[in-house]
Amino acid sequence: MIEREVTIKNRAGLHTRPAATLVKTAARFKAEFMIFKDGMEINGKSIIGVMTLAAEFGSSLLLQFDGPDEKDALAAIVDLFDRGFDEELGITS
Amino acid sequence: MTEKKEIILKGIAAAPGIAIGKAYVFKKELPSVELRALDESEVAGELERLDHALAKSEKELNKILVFAEQKVGEAKAKIFEAQVMVLQDAYLLGAIRKRIREEKKNVEYVVSDEIQKYANLMHAASNEYMHERAHEIEDLKNRIVRNLQQQKLLSKLDGSPIVIAHTLTPADTMILSRNNILAYGTDVGGVTSHAALISRALKIPAVVGAGSLGLTVATGDMLILDGYSGNIIVHPTEERIIEYQRKREHFSAFEAQLAVLKDFPAITLDGKSVELSANIELTEEIDYVVLQGSQGVGLYRTETLLLGRDDVPSEEEQYREYKIIADRIYPQRVIMRTFDVGGDKLIPDMAEEKNPFLGWRGIRMMLDYPEFFKTQLRAMLRASGKNNVAVMFPMISNVQEVRKAMACFNEAKNELRARGVRFDENIQVGVMIEVPAAALMSGIIAQEVKFLSIGSNDLTQYMLAVDRGNHFVSDLYHELEPSVLHTIKFVIENGHRKNVWVGVCGEMASNPLAVPVLVGLGVDELSVVPSMLPEIKKIIRSLHYAECQRLAQTVLHFSTVSEVEECLRDYVHQHCPDIPLAGNNNVI
Repeated sequence: MIEREVTIKNRAGLHTRPAATLVKTAARFKAEFMIFKDGMEINGKSIIGVMTLAAEFGSSLLLQFDGPDEKDALAAIVDLFDRGFDEELGITS
Repeated sequence: MTEKKEIILKGIAAAPGIAIGKAYVFKKELPSVELRALDESEVAGELERLDHALAKSEKELNKILVFAEQKVGEAKAKIFEAQVMVLQDAYLLGAIRKRIREEKKNVEYVVSDEIQKYANLMHAASNEYMHERAHEIEDLKNRIVRNLQQQKLLSKLDGSPIVIAHTLTPADTMILSRNNILAYGTDVGGVTSHAALISRALKIPAVVGAGSLGLTVATGDMLILDGYSGNIIVHPTEERIIEYQRKREHFSAFEAQLAVLKDFPAITLDGKSVELSANIELTEEIDYVVLQGSQGVGLYRTETLLLGRDDVPSEEEQYREYKIIADRIYPQRVIMRTFDVGGDKLIPDMAEEKNPFLGWRGIRMMLDYPEFFKTQLRAMLRASGKNNVAVMFPMISNVQEVRKAMACFNEAKNELRARGVRFDENIQVGVMIEVPAAALMSGIIAQEVKFLSIGSNDLTQYMLAVDRGNHFVSDLYHELEPSVLHTIKFVIENGHRKNVWVGVCGEMASNPLAVPVLVGLGVDELSVVPSMLPEIKKIIRSLHYAECQRLAQTVLHFSTVSEVEECLRDYVHQHCPDIPLAGNNNVI
């Protein structure tokens, strides 16, 4: 099991479109994928769960992967967050 | 035994007839979900129902998604894509299936409970964006539950109930009408709502706008619904039932008297004949139309083929429907109107436009989907083998649209020629005149077509800027407004100047008060609600054309609708004393 903390970089936050991208990407891997935020724990492969997170710009999430391809899964998902889901990035003060 | 007290509720008479029977309260808006414990033997069936409802919801959403992507942009369409993804969310569905199996609770309850949990979390968030998402998730929940209950609903309606609802969409009315319905009663809606139109077409008595039926009537209650006066009587007394049985007999006797006219032409006393045809929505209506002595079908609303289904009918399927109608009405003619979807007839959820009646509907939509349009045109052409089919385009607002539609029509012809399929080479094409701009330009438009058919309902609503479905302003809707009558006169004259015939296919053609004026203005064809056909024929047969021309002149000098109505009421009362002028007769 591996974990990584990420920050939301795109201005609009983890809204419907990035949520869909996130879930689609996670589905490519066998590893279990959980997301923790503010005491909430949701399955990262569940779109309805990810939509519930209400993760806004600047908020941080803990990603947890567990499975044979957990490293690849982590790399792919973290890359999405780093690129701000290819959306307009927010301004960090 | 305690007798329940008789209650009389007053609504608007929307379709004639008297029904005596038990109520079935149809609820749709927010499906109520009750918890029910399952037997072990029911679990498999419940899981199967879940799969069906999910598949159906997905189909609906995919259809909406396609429309949305092209019309509201890909970004907004993502909302629907996310909803489709939720329907496929293995984690969510796994939890739902597990609970049905383990907790042995009914599928509606578990779906509702499980999805609502997420919606509640979203409601709890502090930002507006999440609240909107919560509503979307709740919408999705309601869609699944509705699809679960709809299956049940259809099998449930095996008696002959009087359906009571808060409101009925055209789709509801259509789908329910596949059952043996005695009558419809609704809380809201007006005489010209499409639900009312459809009940009249199906000859099912209806009362609309009766207030709060849902509070007074329960499923199983005894009811009398009077589609002539607009009364709904709940828990009627024995005497009342007998009184209404008598009334029902009296009206059927009057109808039998009219039926005698079946084989006579619609011709005035001084020999001016008017083509009297019928409006239909369903293939099933065609036998009734023939029975009523119609001279053909003046308006076949093909869009009903799209209702209650998740996909688009193929050319072959459309051809089969059109062929049945063309064959059955032969040697008379059927005028087939291309799909007039949009506005309030649109597919559920797609009515996202701010002003649907000023929006994407009728020919506007078809020209955006040329392949879809041409599929329909080819099906119509193929049904024209007996030379008794005409084609009509709705919602035309300028001559360019007519030309574009004609170009599609010619392409459709060429495609059939290339396939070696025969059709009527002289098939007539006409347009609806229902947008004031088209009425003003009808002289130019007439040069491109063979006939003009005035859609009086939409013409009136656009002329007067009154939404006939909005009860705050619906009392301003009068098809006999002098402005509307002047416009109709103008269109008829323009048509005749260009040697094309002019008909009226809106509600106005079925309004006994309007008939003498329309005849006087020189209208060539009236296409009416099938149930009103004998009555309108009787009126025409009681009129003198020359006198009607004078009447039309007089009426056009009036400045208010009340003067027009008063004058016409006196006239019809004097010339056709048998014709009942209260109730259904569209005197709004």
